[in-house]
Amino acid sequence: MFRRRPEAVGPTVTVTVEGTELHVPQGVSAAAAMLLAGLASVRETPVTGAKRSPYCLMGICFDCLAEIDGQPNRQSCMVTVAPGMAIRRQRGKRSVGIE
Amino acid sequence: MQRFDAIVIGGGLVGSAIAYGLAREGLKPALIDEGDVAFRASRGNFGLVWVQSKGFGAPHYQRWTRLSSEEWPSLAAELKERTGIDTGHERPGGVHLCLSDAEFDERRARMEQMRAEAGNFGFEYKMLGPADLREMLPGLGPAVVGASWTRYDGHANSLYLLHALHKGFIARGGTYIPNRTVDYAGVAPNDFRLGSGADEISAPKIVLAAGLGNAKLAPLFGLSAPVRPQRGQILVTERASRVFEMPTTTVRQTVEGGIMIGDSMEDVGFDTSQRPDVMRAMAERAVRSFPFLAELQVVRAWAALRVMPPDGTPIYDESEKFSGAFTANCHSGVTLAGAHANAFAPMIAAGTLDPMMAPFSAKRFDVPQAA
Repeated sequence: MFRRRPEAVGPTVTVTVEGTELHVPQGVSAAAAMLLAGLASVRETPVTGAKRSPYCLMGICFDCLAEIDGQPNRQSCMVTVAPGMAIRRQRGKRSVGIE
Repeated sequence: MQRFDAIVIGGGLVGSAIAYGLAREGLKPALIDEGDVAFRASRGNFGLVWVQSKGFGAPHYQRWTRLSSEEWPSLAAELKERTGIDTGHERPGGVHLCLSDAEFDERRARMEQMRAEAGNFGFEYKMLGPADLREMLPGLGPAVVGASWTRYDGHANSLYLLHALHKGFIARGGTYIPNRTVDYAGVAPNDFRLGSGADEISAPKIVLAAGLGNAKLAPLFGLSAPVRPQRGQILVTERASRVFEMPTTTVRQTVEGGIMIGDSMEDVGFDTSQRPDVMRAMAERAVRSFPFLAELQVVRAWAALRVMPPDGTPIYDESEKFSGAFTANCHSGVTLAGAHANAFAPMIAAGTLDPMMAPFSAKRFDVPQAA
């Protein structure tokens, strides 16, 4: 659905999206990395399980929630990619650790 | 001039529940709502349908709250059937957590006095130790010494309740008038006229349910409503899988999964700003109660103003000077929605308050000064 602009060049970093390695431009957000990976939706809502994708891309709408490096419900549009970052879809409600 | 059977001033939970009940009684009521400049306690509250700590030293208030708790399931079912909106009401019982022996002893004494004051009406409660509590509330921390429990307590989604009451009111033939202030009032027994700019509406009955606005409105109608604001702050976490169903006084998990933390009572006038020191203290106590909360992110926080009578007990009154004028004032618009829709509204439709409401009159504040 999304392609990189043809003139976009420069250093890239390697991340994984749903376990697949991907080279993305340095400085982009984790949300952009998921869009570049071609995910049609990045999360399922916690109440009805509806599929959602990044919308506002500026930290307001919470529709880009993702699990980043094991931390659930991150606003992926507000997180800059880093080498080795592991990005996964947010599937519904997160779990909590209770002994 | 538009004429109605009754006018309810205030489109929050108290006014909406009464207006809904009036429409169900067959009246043609109007519900007027100030607008987003209003303080809107109904949109900032915690969502408990709470009984156990209400009416200490005022057993009529305990009975009224219990009545509302008993009416809640039928109101919720009726609203769901008529509007399709599920208020998320659950009544699994509730607990008040104690984090020290002193808190536990004080709570026990309070609950025992509540039982004594209830007399033949009864008041069932249990003081629970940590082992029993852990079965009811997974994730409970070692700092919790014990809790009081009653079966009467529950919770609901108060925003869906407000939406359902409005939708149900309109579906039953009520007229909702938003963004409407009261610029002037023409007051005579069983003949009330309210003006806003060039628009005027009239009715033989009027109900003041304008929250903090009642303090200024009531004297116009020969009534008294000395309510003051009390600030409360709330924190809400990200949505998580269901951990526990039972609400506590200060921590509850909504049906949608978010965990709400609400634990402040501040006398700061009409200041609705948030205070980091208060938010920190609330979060610290919540994490001591449920250590797993420390790993959750807080996604929203806000402050709102409770509508607080001088003694914390609701004020219900009818005007002696201008018959047909009534007032309702309380800080528990969610809890008391069942009573307001199913018990209070029928009294207004009948034209006079039931004698059971006499102790709630604002006359209780008119104590002559001792010589």
